[in-house]
Amino acid sequence: MNVRSNVFATSAGIIAVGLAIGVLAPLLQKLGNPGNMGICVACFERDIAGAVGLHRAELVQYLRPEILGFVLGAFVAALAFGEFKPRAGSAPLARFVLGICAMVGALVFLGCPWRAILRLAGGDGNAIFGLIGLATGVGIGTVFFRSGYGLGRNTRQNYGLGLLMPALILGLLILRLVDAPIPNESKSGVVFYSLKGPGAQYAPLIVSILIGLAVGFIAQRSRFCTMGALRDLILFRHWHLFSGILALLAAALVVNILLGQFNPGFAGQPVAHTQSFWNFAGMLVAGLAFALAGGCPGRQLFMSGEGDGDAAVFVLGMIVGAAVAHNFGLASSPAGIGPNGIAAVVITLLTCLFIGLTNVQRKAA
Amino acid sequence: MSETVDARGLSCPQPVLLTLSKIKELGTGEVEVLVDSDVSRENVSRAATSQGWAVHEVIERADEFHLFLKKS
Repeated sequence: MNVRSNVFATSAGIIAVGLAIGVLAPLLQKLGNPGNMGICVACFERDIAGAVGLHRAELVQYLRPEILGFVLGAFVAALAFGEFKPRAGSAPLARFVLGICAMVGALVFLGCPWRAILRLAGGDGNAIFGLIGLATGVGIGTVFFRSGYGLGRNTRQNYGLGLLMPALILGLLILRLVDAPIPNESKSGVVFYSLKGPGAQYAPLIVSILIGLAVGFIAQRSRFCTMGALRDLILFRHWHLFSGILALLAAALVVNILLGQFNPGFAGQPVAHTQSFWNFAGMLVAGLAFALAGGCPGRQLFMSGEGDGDAAVFVLGMIVGAAVAHNFGLASSPAGIGPNGIAAVVITLLTCLFIGLTNVQRKAA
Repeated sequence: MSETVDARGLSCPQPVLLTLSKIKELGTGEVEVLVDSDVSRENVSRAATSQGWAVHEVIERADEFHLFLKKS
């Protein structure tokens, strides 16, 4: 039986997807999203955690439609191409905890890998330290993989279980439509909204949803993954996925310059701080957590749309991690790291190392 | 076909790691790799090809892929 070909999984395909995301993200910023945050999976999941009241940081509450679109776009793509395969059962609790650690690390830096690239493309030099940290964390992850690390096999699940995450996300989207923002009101129905700060900056709903769906669709087809890009380069010297993130960086840089959104420097960058070591260390933790869990936060969303229950658990871990980060003063702000940010980096790093070390299996394939 | 890699249920990068370790161990010959996702099928094929192995047959059976890799 002939196996269907997938143009998006070719070299040209992954580069085209990187270019598309690199154009769409700065455009979302132009249309209202926060600075150098056209798309940020960590920040947006954090905003969702705030919107549903899991944390009450008033500046970062918004039910980001982009994230919802990512999952639903990937769900549609997976259905359309026969890749919707409900699966789960590979160390879910480890994945949940890795999700928490990943989010805490990302919020010390203030961004996911996608945003680290977009920050660099907007001229934010602090992102360099985050990206070096990310590569270091992923590099540590590859040492675990070389030593036989793995979270074990998943097993096939029934159709209904695969539908749970897309259904949950659809529910959030309905909530965003029913409890739409009301001018100068911090709450609409049960949903919290920011009146100022990044949570109050957003592109028009329809634009956010459509771009989210489109990105979810093409990213599912191409398997676009920022962590995988670094991992495959370090582990196998494979440039395939890395060419996608280089394309994203190049496209975002050009579009930012064209739109007047390129402001090179370190101080005063939007939603960023200048504590280089903690930018590095936060992303190191995040990178290690992404590597151990098998995907960057974007990829985890796309896989959750394909019916991967383990990826969905990681996503929920990240959302809970955002609540923990803001409730416990672990998250950074433009003023610098949070009051308990240093302890957070140490504890989450130790947690990731523990999960890594305890899941190294003897070679018996 | 005696050499088999069973990577079903494993997520990236394990199917590729297992395949590469097997084909490095063999040097030449034939290997059958079992995977259960399109992503693993693509990744294993790409990795094998980069090592000079040919994917000479792919059989899809009950939501699983059997990849037959060959190097002479």
